[in-house]
Amino acid sequence: MSLTPDDVRTIARLARLAISEQDIPRYADNLSRILDFVAQLDQADTSHVAPMAHPLSSLTQRLRDDVVTETSQRDLFQENAPQVDAGLYLVPKVIE
Amino acid sequence: MEWETVIGLEIHAQLLTKSKIFSAASTAFGAAPNTQACLVDLGYPGVLPVLNKEAVRMAVKFGLAIGAQIATRSVFARKNYFYPDLPKGYQISQYELPVVSKGSVEIELEDGGRRRIGITRAHLEEDAGKSLHEGFEGISGIDLNRAGTPLLEIVSEPDMRSAKEAVAYMKKIHSLVRYLEICDGNLQEGSFRCDANVSVRRQGEQKFGTRAELKNINSFHFVEKAILYEVQRQIDVIESGGKVVQETRLYDSKKNETRSMRSKEEANDYRYFPDPDLLPLEITESFVAEVRKTLPELPDGKKQRFMRAYGLSAYDAALLTASRELADYYETLVQAVGGEAKLCANWVMGELSAALNQNNKEVTQSPVTAAMLAELLKRILDNTISGKIAKEVFEALWAGEGGADAVIENKGLKQITDSSAIGKIIDEIMAANPRQLSDYRAGKDKLFAFFVGQVMKATQGKANPQQVNELLLRKLKS
Repeated sequence: MSLTPDDVRTIARLARLAISEQDIPRYADNLSRILDFVAQLDQADTSHVAPMAHPLSSLTQRLRDDVVTETSQRDLFQENAPQVDAGLYLVPKVIE
Repeated sequence: MEWETVIGLEIHAQLLTKSKIFSAASTAFGAAPNTQACLVDLGYPGVLPVLNKEAVRMAVKFGLAIGAQIATRSVFARKNYFYPDLPKGYQISQYELPVVSKGSVEIELEDGGRRRIGITRAHLEEDAGKSLHEGFEGISGIDLNRAGTPLLEIVSEPDMRSAKEAVAYMKKIHSLVRYLEICDGNLQEGSFRCDANVSVRRQGEQKFGTRAELKNINSFHFVEKAILYEVQRQIDVIESGGKVVQETRLYDSKKNETRSMRSKEEANDYRYFPDPDLLPLEITESFVAEVRKTLPELPDGKKQRFMRAYGLSAYDAALLTASRELADYYETLVQAVGGEAKLCANWVMGELSAALNQNNKEVTQSPVTAAMLAELLKRILDNTISGKIAKEVFEALWAGEGGADAVIENKGLKQITDSSAIGKIIDEIMAANPRQLSDYRAGKDKLFAFFVGQVMKATQGKANPQQVNELLLRKLKS
């Protein structure tokens, strides 16, 4: 499994990572080696194993009763935000 | 060239839970910004989602109502994308194993025919927050109160063949979720939203054309307009030698057009994978059985019963059962009147519905209750007033001028049923209109209506119409 420089660019864009052009071959090589390592799993015979969505496959999701217990802690949470106004978190403009 | 339209709808219904799907923050609409966004909703490190049982119950209820399969085991997945109103950088949704799959509903077509629309799946997911752009320069304000509100995304098969069918399907689902009391169906507040996948192909062709996904359609009316616009746009593209590209398009209701959202396309690689924070959801048979017990009578069943029990036409029954509240009003009315189902239906679909529309009110907000309307209809039935005068009384009831009996009494609207009094008025009118009288007697039958009109005018509409007809006929002929 070998990643092309374009694959690396795509992955970086999807992850919103800024990478420099000169680092791309190295990333491609490193990431490809990780994928190759994991690809060894393909050799395992799984034809008799049902696919699982979670390693703790014998457990199931616990459900919560529909009750509101949270109260507003807006002021506390917004201390971490770089910019707020009138209760809103402010971000650079995003509009279609 | 004949073109065929192919449409599939994705409907997002906000579930009517008190708390969010994965946190215990409130879902109430209209709170001050970010006062209902807790650590889980904000995506802080170290928090874990815990699934709301009520959201699961509602999804199962919907699944049962559309005759679908309920997955005994379903899985939550992460849908990854970056947007400021999605603090975690992913939306928790369902991908490969949704909770509901393979159901269907039946819609009625304009020509009276019926069509079954398949529902591929309905899955649980969380809503995103809201971005506000007004009042800021180069900046967006983010309100995360809505983030984490439970959604049921209902995905249809591409089974619709016209904009009208798409609207009929959307209305059907709207009616259903409200009957089930799992969504308030408020399109303005965004608790019921719709995206449409639209493509065209040449008549008779088997393969589907390339589709565009239309977003931002927030009314039944706009669904129809947006699809009609998009269909024409695609036909124009193909007929002028071009190709339709698969893309997301935004509907602009002010300009009545759709336009491309290219930025959305670019990021259309969601990299779904099972959310390691959530174990598979197991739904037991006993849970499903419990939910089944809570299923109300559904629109289709209610409609059939209305036709059977009240002798109503399919059309009338469909109108009266479109919402559960209207159907309840009607049944309360029939019971209070003690029968006369057709008269009751006419009044509910006529005067009442017109007044509700005009004043932009829901039936539950009607100032004229079913009991009040029943009192009025009884006065028509016992000949105290005519149907025409009853409309005047209805307006007074609507305006809050008291009950029917009081209004009739205060306004002196009681019907004149004294034959000798009506006879006397007729004699006077015949004497005052000798030319019309002789014309009528010479064979101009149409003038009968003229005499009826004169009598009604003289009695301010209060004379019993049947008696007027009988007496007039007798006196004019003699």
